[in-house]
Amino acid sequence: MELKRVVVTGLGALTPLGNNVAEYWNGLANGVSGAAPITRFDASKFKTQFACEVKGYDPEKYFDRKEARKMDLFSQFAMVVAEEAVQDANLVEGNYDPDRVGVIWGSGIGGLRTFQEECVNFANGDGTPRFNPFFIPKMIADISAGHISIKYGFRGPNFVTVSACASATNAIIDSFNYIRLGMADVVVTGGSEAAVTEAGIGGFNALKALSERNDSPETASRPFDKDRDGFVLGEGAGALILEEYEHAKARGAKIYAEVIGGGMSADAYHITAPHPEGMGALNVMKNVLRDANIKPEEVDYINVHGTSTPLGDISEVKAIQTVFGDHAYKLNISSTKSMTGHLLGAAGAIEAIAAIMAIKNSVVPPTINHFTDDESFDAGLNFTFNKAQEREVKVALSNTFGFGGHNTSVLFRQFID
Amino acid sequence: MSEIAEKVKAIIIDKLGVEESEVTPEASFTNDLGADSLDTVELIMEFEKEFNVSIPDDQAENIATVGQAISYLEEHAK
Repeated sequence: MELKRVVVTGLGALTPLGNNVAEYWNGLANGVSGAAPITRFDASKFKTQFACEVKGYDPEKYFDRKEARKMDLFSQFAMVVAEEAVQDANLVEGNYDPDRVGVIWGSGIGGLRTFQEECVNFANGDGTPRFNPFFIPKMIADISAGHISIKYGFRGPNFVTVSACASATNAIIDSFNYIRLGMADVVVTGGSEAAVTEAGIGGFNALKALSERNDSPETASRPFDKDRDGFVLGEGAGALILEEYEHAKARGAKIYAEVIGGGMSADAYHITAPHPEGMGALNVMKNVLRDANIKPEEVDYINVHGTSTPLGDISEVKAIQTVFGDHAYKLNISSTKSMTGHLLGAAGAIEAIAAIMAIKNSVVPPTINHFTDDESFDAGLNFTFNKAQEREVKVALSNTFGFGGHNTSVLFRQFID
Repeated sequence: MSEIAEKVKAIIIDKLGVEESEVTPEASFTNDLGADSLDTVELIMEFEKEFNVSIPDDQAENIATVGQAISYLEEHAK
């Protein structure tokens, strides 16, 4: 059976750098940090007191009060970016078959704030169960895809992928697969996360995963820098409209890029630590190149997972050097998490958008906050430190890896008819 | 209007996101005020919390309008 071509026809973003795709890209291209002291709760007793929050978000701008109350923030974020992407793709009734439009979303955690509040209420009571009837449907991670389908009447494949920080990339790969297999014409995909809560920060602090650079939040996310001390928690969402090429062409849709490959692998090593030799990362990049049937030399830019943790950054770069050999020196590599922080289950969505916009604009967004070289990294590699670089990007790869040892990789190519 | 009636109306306006003018004694939660089955459960829970009462399920089923809620609570509120 011949696989169909899959293109990207719409984008939406709500990020610590800006509340739509244009603002997000502007922040990325200009090397802006989205980190600041936490405003969502009093973090004064926490080891980490800053995060990359979405700024100036007013739910009443997007929802009526009753609707907003029934959705955890992660679902609200999903709805906001889905709307931007659907508008951007000009999907209007009549130019698609709603039974052939799916929603495959990603979220690593789901409604953490809702879960926390309901459990606290119960614990503070006298043992009488008074759980809100919206508790479960607000909290479960899959509800985001449900809400999107209900709003637009999209009745095709509908579910949420959960693979921690790889979730959104798994969603993108699943969407790509269903479309190329002919099981859907269009899929709204991406991911959302809203875990800047007491439980989120406290939980990641306990794992020693977060940067504790409270005196300088904006320089805390510093992937590949010698003094990196952990990731910065982010929140937000990204949406992509993936569409079968002939379908897109028939309705005259604009095309951002083509999706040419998806790769998956597992470390099978440890629940939170990466494989020291980057075995899973190495396999996933080999897998994605094989799936796309391209040579390593064809890749121009890698948007890395690069979370700014001491171990993770090293194993990923080892894997890149093994897979790409001498071509590794010709790549642009960057971690946009240096600016956005780590959006967990939404990371793969906003980083896919970064990769696509790099193709569209011929600009590679930087890895900001580079102060001191780390001898663990080959000095010949181009990490796009501190400032965006102009470069024609024909093929861009985006890596995301999740706790549990889940690895995902997706390849986008400049669209040529 | 009684203090209880005022509080009941305020809860309904808040939870169902409706206008005060719509909250008439005859108004049905589901038919007139846009509530679904989950909204109705939530309303009953809010009444229980606000008025410190426990409304058994078989009685909750009979509270379908604003007026029914007010009279039930006027009778049972502590």
